[in-house]
Amino acid sequence: MSDLADLTLAAAAGGLRSGDLSAVELLEAVHRRAAMTEANLHAYLTLDREGAARAAVGADAGFKRGADLGPLQGIPVALKDNMVTRGLETTCSSKILAGYLPPYDGTATTRLRAGGAVILGKTNLDEFAMGSSTENSAYGTSRNPWDPDRVPGGSSGGSAAAVAAGSAMVAFGSDTGGSIRQPAALCGIVGMKPTYGLVSRYGLIAFASSLDQIGPLARSVEDAVAALEVVGGYDPADSTSYPGAVPDYRSGLESGVSGLRIGVVTELNGAGIEPAVQAAVNRTLDQLENAGATIVQLSLPSVEYALSAYYLIAPAECSANLARFDGVRYGLRRLGENVEEMMSNTRAEGFGPEVTRRILLGTYALSAGYYDAFYGQAQRVRTLIIRDFQAAYEQADVLVSPTSPTTAFPIGARTDDPLSMYMSDVCTIPSNLSGDPAISVPVGLDDAGLPIGFQVMAPALGEPVMFRVAAEVERLAAFGVRAPLASSEVG
Amino acid sequence: MPVDIDIAKVARLARLALNDEELAGYRQQCEVILEHAALVQTLPTEGVTPTSHPLPRTNAFREDVITECLDREEVLAQAPERDGDYFLVPRILDEP
Amino acid sequence: MGYEPVIGIETHVELTTNSKMFCGCPADFGAPPNTNTCPVCLGLPGALPVVNGTAVEYAMIIGLGLNCEVAPRSIFARKNYFYPDMPKNYQISQYDQPLCVNGHLDVETGAGTHRIGITRVHMEEDTGKSTHVGEGGRIQAASHSLIDFNRAGVPLMEIVSEPDIRSAEQARAFVTELRAAVLRLGVSDAKLEEGSMRFDGNISLRLEGSEAFGTKVEVKNMNSIRSLQRALEYEIERQTALLEAGEPVVQETRHWDEEAGTTSGMRSKEEAFDYRYFPEPDLVPVAVDHQWRARVADSLPELPAQARGRYIEMGLDGPVATVISRDIEYGSVFEAAVAAGGDPQTVANWLTGEVTALVRRTDLSLAAGPIDGASLAELSAMVSDGRLSASAAKDVLAGVAAGEGPPAAVAEQRDLIQVSDTAALEPVVDEVLAANTDAIQKLRDGDDKVIGFLIGQVMRATGGKADPGAVTELIRSKAG
Ligand SMILES: [Mg+2]
Ligand SMILES: [Zn+2]
Repeated sequence: MSDLADLTLAAAAGGLRSGDLSAVELLEAVHRRAAMTEANLHAYLTLDREGAARAAVGADAGFKRGADLGPLQGIPVALKDNMVTRGLETTCSSKILAGYLPPYDGTATTRLRAGGAVILGKTNLDEFAMGSSTENSAYGTSRNPWDPDRVPGGSSGGSAAAVAAGSAMVAFGSDTGGSIRQPAALCGIVGMKPTYGLVSRYGLIAFASSLDQIGPLARSVEDAVAALEVVGGYDPADSTSYPGAVPDYRSGLESGVSGLRIGVVTELNGAGIEPAVQAAVNRTLDQLENAGATIVQLSLPSVEYALSAYYLIAPAECSANLARFDGVRYGLRRLGENVEEMMSNTRAEGFGPEVTRRILLGTYALSAGYYDAFYGQAQRVRTLIIRDFQAAYEQADVLVSPTSPTTAFPIGARTDDPLSMYMSDVCTIPSNLSGDPAISVPVGLDDAGLPIGFQVMAPALGEPVMFRVAAEVERLAAFGVRAPLASSEVG
Repeated sequence: MPVDIDIAKVARLARLALNDEELAGYRQQCEVILEHAALVQTLPTEGVTPTSHPLPRTNAFREDVITECLDREEVLAQAPERDGDYFLVPRILDEP
Repeated sequence: MGYEPVIGIETHVELTTNSKMFCGCPADFGAPPNTNTCPVCLGLPGALPVVNGTAVEYAMIIGLGLNCEVAPRSIFARKNYFYPDMPKNYQISQYDQPLCVNGHLDVETGAGTHRIGITRVHMEEDTGKSTHVGEGGRIQAASHSLIDFNRAGVPLMEIVSEPDIRSAEQARAFVTELRAAVLRLGVSDAKLEEGSMRFDGNISLRLEGSEAFGTKVEVKNMNSIRSLQRALEYEIERQTALLEAGEPVVQETRHWDEEAGTTSGMRSKEEAFDYRYFPEPDLVPVAVDHQWRARVADSLPELPAQARGRYIEMGLDGPVATVISRDIEYGSVFEAAVAAGGDPQTVANWLTGEVTALVRRTDLSLAAGPIDGASLAELSAMVSDGRLSASAAKDVLAGVAAGEGPPAAVAEQRDLIQVSDTAALEPVVDEVLAANTDAIQKLRDGDDKVIGFLIGQVMRATGGKADPGAVTELIRSKAG
């Protein structure tokens, strides 16, 4: 490969250790790529050139001293702009946080810095991670490197576009209802949501606390593993952090799927799925069966209700999480006669329409007289969904489905119809409700040349088997195609 | 199942100063979404414990020790309005 | 038929933990504004709370001290309302699954003992502090407000009583007893003036004999136990007048105005009470197993009510026992004095009488000495063996308080030791009797009143140091 920006993380890490390349060179290549692609893609909100350059020099010095801080040392990574970075503007793509300079680093950021990662900057997202297309950003839409007239998916659309285009080697996003996996699928890369609690949420600006997870977007399953290793693990600053040690994910990557039971979820396959997407999924299933897996058809009846439950639970939690944006301590302030008017004017002005809609929905779902029928009932349905998953994992080691029912859709196609936009996440939402891990792996292109993602879901802390199957899917699909905008010839 | 929202009241609760036209638009959209979300009400859930959290963990405690505080200047530098060492807000009409 | 008040009290108590409820910032009072803050207690985007385990234990101590059951599993909830000094615009509190429930506190008034139910004790976090600028600092007339978030996140316990209280006096006794209990438990400094203990009252009236509840009014902003009683008395009067005039009582929150001695309705909106509670997703449940509960229960100190019972068994009368049992310092000095051989009732009388007066007059702190158990025991012994008169004992006490030394030394120095030795008194008595033969004759004739005159003469001749008992005995025997 001629351009360093197109290396996988694994290849780059090897080169850095053998001395064949330096972190500074790597960073320069990625910056050159960003200079070519950003005008088209708008993957980034902020590029921290000085901070990245300092980190790259530090990483190289570390290698010279023989200090190995782990797989991300010297690797250019991008962070979704809802991950708090000290002194580096963090906006959540919202006007309400324009110019906000956090006085602290989130845990993931701290771990990345400690691991020698070169933080490139902050990527675009749907405002406060609410959306599936990155069109809800107050700072402009990101575009899909496979077709700039189409969305990159969302809400981690900027992170997905950057990794697909080569303007980041790996990126981090957050996944509340599919916000890592869906854009990964639409941009032809790997995207993974860990088990709830595996990655600390301290410093992730909350959308829906019981659903949010930070996870990696990468160009291979192995790269995703490397990225997860650095940010994962117990954090006492997050009470919902999983207290055990992070298991070994790498040793199973070459083990194949022979003897594994792979469950196809009836409710997430077939109806509503684009034929090209379903065909690619079916082809992958055939390949897995040929590779020695047993394919079982499983029904999870309550999963039909997941989207409905999600659109009560997530807005309810968001309505409280976003109450702190009130013009008192940070961010935007709009004047008012008194403090209540000031807050109401600030919030009406500072939040975009999707965020406003979800705050209203959540406020309503929690309000007196409606709590039990809406929020309470959604929480009971959540219990049933968890039970269905548990029962399914008695019969299968992993469950599979398409990641997204469709490939990347044209910009503007769904903005007037919130419900149709929400349908983008129908296959990804169930794992957020159950708290289980899931990954999207690219398995092919549709007739328009747009990538298709295949989702592998596993039980809580089942990352080892999930990665094992995902690695085999990756090998079998031999996807290996790069986004047109990722090639240095195009620009 | 048709849903009827007192959108002005909800907006007031959420501290969102929306005009009548905006309120009408949000009301219509929220009702469509809620009608879909109301599907959850069709699933029988008698005797089912609600899950507010996917993690079966208890007693995540911190030791009662003092840790470092933030630098006041760094914090107040982000304030939309300050007066000396305080955050300044317009007059407050009500006690909580 | 008259009206009967039905009163319940909500008390908020700040805990004296080192750090705040959900972060490691200091929980103490009086730091420069906005210095005890961090991402968590400022509600910065991305910050997450972590429960202070010691605060949970302190809450359990309060609950057990108030005879509550400790829930094996309790959870935190978000209480949603916007207020500028509450950083997240929700308060992390407990709602439908609190830590402690179903307790009681026994309260003494002149009318006897009353058992007041404790509905619940739950954990939450305090808010920051707003200073209203302009027009005398009153909220209604201020031009703007300044906010200090140092107090935001300080552990706060809410103690909710059952509506078992039937008079303003009972309410006063209840919070007095509650404050004593909290202080004795050692988990809060319960300072009313600094706001580390605050209370709201809920009050309604009903016809005597009726079981139904009337319309409830919440009264806020009482910053002393005395003002709680006054506010409730005012409300009882106000609501009685309304009901007698056939007018309805409006359900509302009313604000106590200390200066005016009245309550007034606060501006309230229809949605004011829609707190939209839901389980706090950033925290996991608190599970208290049998061992933990038992360990905390075993470590509980003796509570005022228990101490009171013990003091009465030691011979104290009820009111004195109540006063001493409610005050940690009095209690410990009293116990030390009795242990050193002091007479319980004598020592108790001094503590509640002369010592209290001295403390008030001289800003004396009992804890710091020099009036301690040993000195009171010594003083008590000197009175009972006749070396000191009751009135001289007061002088000695003042001398001890002034740091002049232990009682015997003070008595010596101030020349207050009584003469009760017959051999020493006899010549003086003889002299007085010789000079007052008329009086002796009257005494012999049965006019007993005259003995007081004779005793007085002896006292004068001895400069007041003679033991009146010994003198009386001598006069009688000599007058034959
Ligand atoms: Mg409270
Ligand atoms: Zn703090």
